[in-house]
Amino acid sequence: MIGYAVTFAFACLALALGLNLWRLLKGPEVGDRVLALDTMVINSIAIIVLIGVATTNNTYFEAALLLAMVGFVGTVAYCKFMLRGDIIE
Amino acid sequence: MIDLGILGEIAIAAMLVLGGGFALVGSWGLVRLPSLMERLHGPTKATTLGLGGILIGSMLFFQLEQGTWTVHELLISLFLFITAPIAANLVAKVHIHALRARHTPTVPGPAGAPPPPPSGADWATHEAPHPGTPASTSEN
Repeated sequence: MIGYAVTFAFACLALALGLNLWRLLKGPEVGDRVLALDTMVINSIAIIVLIGVATTNNTYFEAALLLAMVGFVGTVAYCKFMLRGDIIE
Repeated sequence: MIDLGILGEIAIAAMLVLGGGFALVGSWGLVRLPSLMERLHGPTKATTLGLGGILIGSMLFFQLEQGTWTVHELLISLFLFITAPIAANLVAKVHIHALRARHTPTVPGPAGAPPPPPSGADWATHEAPHPGTPASTSEN
């Protein structure tokens, strides 16, 4: 049963990543693209966690934690750049 | 290794399915909703909740499957629940400033334009710092 659930969650997340990519390519404003990139990072974290469940291996969590931190810093840097034209003042 | 038991298996599977479903709904909202202010709602709420569900499912799985209590998932979900609202706030702020800079009115979606601030005040992100308030923490 867990195998089916993992497969279903993988399919959902792959579809979600495709939808995010669509918004990333189409997005009429820069804010849309930043938001799509942020969502893609969050979905990648979910996929990494799911890979850990599917392979019964808990060495992937460090990667997920690292991606969570780096993704947030990246989003803040993009927003800061759009607000002020500079990242570190 | 502890035998999982049907209840634990059902709980893990339900958490994983719920998490995947919520993540999909969040991304569908990102595609479907008409304007950026409305699109913010999908990823910030549904996707964060979906990731929380998957992390709880993973935590239960390792707890019941291997008997190891891992706290990584709690760290990830705590960090994400803290940072997601901040990122959304920053994107909304960028959007408001971009609208003001371009002088083009936004196309209101089905929810309509947000109501203006009361009594002639401006949005807080446009206001100058009040006297006595340091403009940034690096200046004092």
